This record gives sequence, structure tokens and C-alpha cells, in this order.
Amino acid sequence: MLKINNLHVSVGDKPILKGLTLDVPAGEVHAIMGPNGAGKSTLGYALSGRPGYEAAEGAVSWNGEDLLALDPAERAAKGVFLSFQYPIEIPGVPALTFVRTALNAQRRARGEEEVSAPNFLKLVRAAATRLKMDFDMLKRPLNVGFSGGEKKRMEILQMALLEPSLLILDETDSGLDIDALRIVADGVNALRSPERSMLVITHYQRLLDYIKPDRVHVLAAGRIVASGGPELAHQLEAEGYDKYLPAAA
Amino acid sequence: MSALPLLDLKDASSFPSRRTEAWKYSDLRKYLREAPPLSPSAPIPLTGGGPFEALGGEAMVFVNGRPIDAGARVVCGEQTVRLRLISKAEGTGHAVAARLSARAGSRLLLLETHEGAGGAYVAHNRLELDLAEEAEVTRIVLTDEPEDAISVTQTAVRLGRGARYRQTIVAAGAKLQRLETAVSHPGHGADVRLDGAYVLAGGRHADLTSVVDHLGRDGTTSQLTKGVVKDTARGVFQGKIIVERGADGTDARMGHHALILSERGEVDAKPELIIYADEVQCAHGNTVGNLDESALFYMQQRGLPPDEARALLTAAFLMEVVDRIEPEGAREVVREWLTARL
Repeated sequence: MLKINNLHVSVGDKPILKGLTLDVPAGEVHAIMGPNGAGKSTLGYALSGRPGYEAAEGAVSWNGEDLLALDPAERAAKGVFLSFQYPIEIPGVPALTFVRTALNAQRRARGEEEVSAPNFLKLVRAAATRLKMDFDMLKRPLNVGFSGGEKKRMEILQMALLEPSLLILDETDSGLDIDALRIVADGVNALRSPERSMLVITHYQRLLDYIKPDRVHVLAAGRIVASGGPELAHQLEAEGYDKYLPAAA
Repeated sequence: MSALPLLDLKDASSFPSRRTEAWKYSDLRKYLREAPPLSPSAPIPLTGGGPFEALGGEAMVFVNGRPIDAGARVVCGEQTVRLRLISKAEGTGHAVAARLSARAGSRLLLLETHEGAGGAYVAHNRLELDLAEEAEVTRIVLTDEPEDAISVTQTAVRLGRGARYRQTIVAAGAKLQRLETAVSHPGHGADVRLDGAYVLAGGRHADLTSVVDHLGRDGTTSQLTKGVVKDTARGVFQGKIIVERGADGTDARMGHHALILSERGEVDAKPELIIYADEVQCAHGNTVGNLDESALFYMQQRGLPPDEARALLTAAFLMEVVDRIEPEGAREVVREWLTARL
């Protein structure tokens, strides 16, 4: 279970998250919706430990463990995975090499045995087929020259191989056409399980037609200002975020 | 041609200071004011044939400046020569003079290693490489010298028409380490590749300086140097390409890219293109920066500890130079050598 209590985060001198409180029980998918500038991406970075996004106040625990005390790699080994809105290009490092290095680094950190090269290749081939990815693409440097859709699929592929327990999807639908969106959403849905929690950050309701949330929260001006069931997303789509802005300000 | 000034270890007045333009960033006189006493002769180490041993070929060995066998060699047909410049000295100086001539149409793979033991020595290596028409020479240089050594290598390369010269220098630095290459380029189908990589830590200093003089038409030169400095190390890249009057049709490209991974590391770069001909294609690019913070965070988010993320990114940065090395056997030796030093 993810517990965020009164989280304050400033970026530079500017306060972005101002007392955010949220619980995501194991096995549930929660959507975070909000207008531009509300702090959605900041929440993803703060939870995953990006330098410059440290908490000034508040607490975050994941399965009872203080997340804020860990560095990004330690959080990853505890199961935290942030799917980036704009996945980073890593020139010179083949995607396969990168994912295997990451997987084995996490396993070492957890005191587990490393995955051998042949076994790893088997896992990757199976996952790539499910996501309709060309295996040869994985021999190319990670994300370099990939289209927007290919980058997002690469994120889902990493998710499938790293098997995180807390998934944070930051605007995963941006830059995807409807076919790619379906493939990516299927990839995410395949990972739903009673042990996993997911935080789906999105501006639009569209993604939630494919990844059905248990709860929907509205993030405005750095706080959760409303929570509800899936119907809240449809209401936001129809009415916009305007009514939450004065209340939050 | 704008020759680089030659050094004579026995004559302190030949030691350049930073007031000599070509030595602006590598002030030899700061560390060496007087001619060092001559290094004693030392036995050739019995164990091991150097980093390139597994690739075979004939060894050409100098120990403290003295040739074990011959100081000059003529190459015909296809040959591999492991040129080992070994220093085993403490506070003394020695000079190597070596010459290799590649006959017309011959192919030479020259695997050169600067192997240092002891300390505070001064080594001066003077190499002459002559390539006759249509000869092909690939020279790969690895340096492994103590942090308090001074080492200057001055190489003059003369090419015949249609000759191909490929060079990759991989430098780990020393107190002051300079590797100079001066190429006399006749054009007429002759092709030069001058690559380099440096990985410097501690207080080490490495200087890769080159001058390529295009004297005739239709010659090509391609140059790629990449470097990484840590701690208080200092990397110097000076690349000069001259296209003389009448050397039309010259195609010359130069790139130097460096990463500084510490607050007090330093990189000095001076790329120069001097063009007197009209019809040429020349370009140079130079960048100095740090590792991409967002890439580092991305890699850590996927579970790579910070040191491992940095090493992987740094290796990827340098491997572009290594990937250009032929043949594969030599490329793999260099890859492992570099990876071990990141």
C-alpha cells in the first residue's frame, strides 16, 4: 500500500505540491487527473526520487517502508517504476543491454540471483511479441530514433520485465495513436494483480477508457481536491477543471 | 608545413614552455627545467608480451630508449608489429628513435604500447612512419604510465599517393603526457583517419596534438577524438588541418568531444582548419560537457546504482571511437582496456 501524507515539494523556489495526501491500496488502480501545471509530473518525480524534487515536508511510505529515505535505484529495487512522459534517449547503450543491466542491478539489490543471458533473451522475446515490437529494434541504442509510440512500448516492455509493484504512469497516452494506445493499455492491464498498485497520471479521460481505474483523484494547485469513482473522469471530461481552480487557489 | 618543434632531451633549451604556441596547454618547462640524467639500461621484462600479445605478430621492443633488436624496420606484404616502448626508470630520462617504412602496397598493423614502470622518468619517443604508394598502416596506441612520469611522443607520418593511414591513440595520461602526430598528406586518393580517446583521473594530463598538411588535391582526413576527465585531471586536444593552395577536392572532418565529470577537471580544445584552396569540404565540431542528468536519473529509476549508470553512459560515449577500430581483435583489446579504466 502506498501512503502519501501531507507531501510538500518545491521545484527551485516554487512550491508545486502543497500538502498532497493520498492512499493507494495494493491491487488498486488510481487515476490522478488535473489541469496543466497542477503538479502531476512533479508527483511522479517526487515518488521516484528525482534530484531537485525532494520533499520539503510530509511522508511517503510504500508497503510500510519510508520511500523518501531511499535513492532512486533503491526505490526501483523496492518495486517503484515511473513510466516517463518523454522517455529518455540513451545513445550508445543498446536497449537489450540496458534492460538486462537494470534487471540484474535490481535483483542484486534484493539479494536475488542474476538472470542469465539466454534466460533473459527468452523473457524479452516473449514480452516483445506480446507488445508487437520488432525484436531487432531492441538491439538499437535505447529510444534513439524511436517514434513516440515505440518509446512508450519500450517503457511497457521494461515494466513487463522488471515486474515492479508500484507503477506510476505519467501521461502514458501522450503521443499515441489509437492502435498504439490499445497495445500499451493491454500491456498495462496484463500487469494488474492483487499485489500491484498503479498510479495513472493523465490530463485526458481517454486513457481511462482502456485502463479502468478503481478511483479517480483531481489534483489542482498541488493538492487532491476531489476524489471519486470512475464516473468522476467522465464528469471532468464534460465539465473541464475550471470549477476546481478557484477552490484550490 | 607547419612542423611541430622537436624536442631534444639532452638540450634543456629545446624544452617548450606555455609561451610556445603549440605547447600552450602543456607546459613542459614547468616540470622539466634541466636535462634529466640518462636512464640506465634495463633488462627486457621476461613475463608477458604486452597488452596486444594475443594478437601475435613480431615484437619491436625498446627498453629505456634502447632497441632490443633493431630501431628500424621495413614492411612488405602483410605484417603485424607490436611496438613496445618500455620505461623502467626512476627519475631519469631516455629517448626512443624508431622508424617504420611500409613498402608500396604493403599492409601493416602497428600495435604500439607505452608501458611504464618505476616513476618520475622522462621519456621522449620519436617515431617516423613512411607509407609508400598504396600502402596501408593501422596504428593503435595504448599508454599505461605512472602518474608522475613525463612522456612525449612525436610521430611524423609521410604518405605516398593512394596510401591509407588509420590511427587510434588511447591515452591514460601521466604527469604530462603528450602524443603528437604530424601527417604530410599528398592527396591523390590518400586517406587519413586520426582518432583518439583519453580517460584521465587523479592529477593526470594528456595532450593529443595533431597537424595534417594536405599538400595535393583529392585527399581525405577524418578525425574523431573523445575524452573523459575526472578529479583534477586535464585533457588537451589540439587538431590542425591545413589545406594548402592547390589542394582542391580535399575532404577533411574533425570532431572532438569531451566529458568533464568533476568540479576541478579541465579540458582545453583547439581545433583549427587553415584553408588556402578554393574547392574543399571541411568541417569541425567541438563539445565539452557533463553527463546528461536526465539520462542518469532515467537509468537510476530503472535500478542502476549511480556509479553503474555513470560508467555505462561514459563507456557508451567513448565507444564511438573504439567502434571505428579495425581489425576486430585489436578493437576488443582496446574495448576491454578502456572499460577497465572507467
